[in-house]
Amino acid sequence: MTFTNRNRVQVLAGTALALLVALAGGCSRSDEPVVGQFKGLDITGVPYGKDFKLTDHNNQERTLADFKGKVVMLYFGFVQCPDVCPTALTRAVETKQLLGADGERLQVIFVTVDPERDTAPILKAYMDAFDPSFLALSTDAQHTRETADSFKAYYKKVPTGSSYTMDHSALSYLFDPSGNLRVAMRHEQTAKDYAHDIALLLKTP
Amino acid sequence: MPTYPPTHSIQPETLTMKKLTLSLILLATAVVAQAQITITDAWVRGTVPMQQASGAFMQLSADKDTRLVAAKSPVANVVEIHEMLMDNNIMKMRQIPGLDIVPGRVLELKPGGYHVMLIELKQQLKGGDVVPITLVFEDTATKKQFTQEVQAPVTALGAGNMPMKR
Repeated sequence: MTFTNRNRVQVLAGTALALLVALAGGCSRSDEPVVGQFKGLDITGVPYGKDFKLTDHNNQERTLADFKGKVVMLYFGFVQCPDVCPTALTRAVETKQLLGADGERLQVIFVTVDPERDTAPILKAYMDAFDPSFLALSTDAQHTRETADSFKAYYKKVPTGSSYTMDHSALSYLFDPSGNLRVAMRHEQTAKDYAHDIALLLKTP
Repeated sequence: MPTYPPTHSIQPETLTMKKLTLSLILLATAVVAQAQITITDAWVRGTVPMQQASGAFMQLSADKDTRLVAAKSPVANVVEIHEMLMDNNIMKMRQIPGLDIVPGRVLELKPGGYHVMLIELKQQLKGGDVVPITLVFEDTATKKQFTQEVQAPVTALGAGNMPMKR
């Protein structure tokens, strides 16, 4: 081994040690999960996604406080979506099953970004097709935009032939049982990944 | 000296002519014959009442270069070929002009990729229903169009992300 190479090894070892120290520092705060513990993106402490005030498909006003003690999984989508939204909801059904008895402490929330077409009766029928415990929330066009903005969630109406579709963020947001936004799950992740992170959050006070 | 009957000297020639004629016929047939399209595992995602759109999924293969250029169905006023893509965690869906089918490769229309989009549905699509879809293909070489119909069973909404097991 040349001197230069040995130096390089020392630098690498030093970096690894520094990383370990940083991780250990993270561990010492018992009220926070360890960095890298979640399968999804840990967004604990972000300044957005604090709350919402929307109407559910039974015409009842809902805020985050209604679901205290449960993990809330919130997803922005629309009913006329043939692919991603039903896939996300199918995964939510699987996730709930994987959680077993803890599945009762999961609240799935579907916020429509297409209130123009997604009326309460359609939303109710849509949720019932997956799981009657799932709640679809909606509001008028302006407040839909404000709500999505407050979650840094993107959506845009795009014409397609004679109709239109919605481009939209396909992230699922997870709130812990105290109502704090903690994790953003990606669409590509599996029901197992989702169940893993939800189970972790259910353990937090 | 000639021991062969005259027929022997004529027969090879006749055979050649016959072969040539046959070859020409076969060649002509090959030129006009349309590609053989194989469609498997077709399914349509079920809907709830008043829902206006859904997607159809299937696997396509062809023995010649072919392009899927359009589709029609009696259950929808508008049928389009769509592509779904994820761009920085944003779901985008776009109409595309067509999809090429290359011999030896299966073109998959599946969730997370391509689908046949059924728009302005005339009825609710319930689990167990069968949706006829007419696919319009174009022979890549001749540009000649032809159609093939597929009967796509409906997988009830919420009953999974795949063709219903029968």
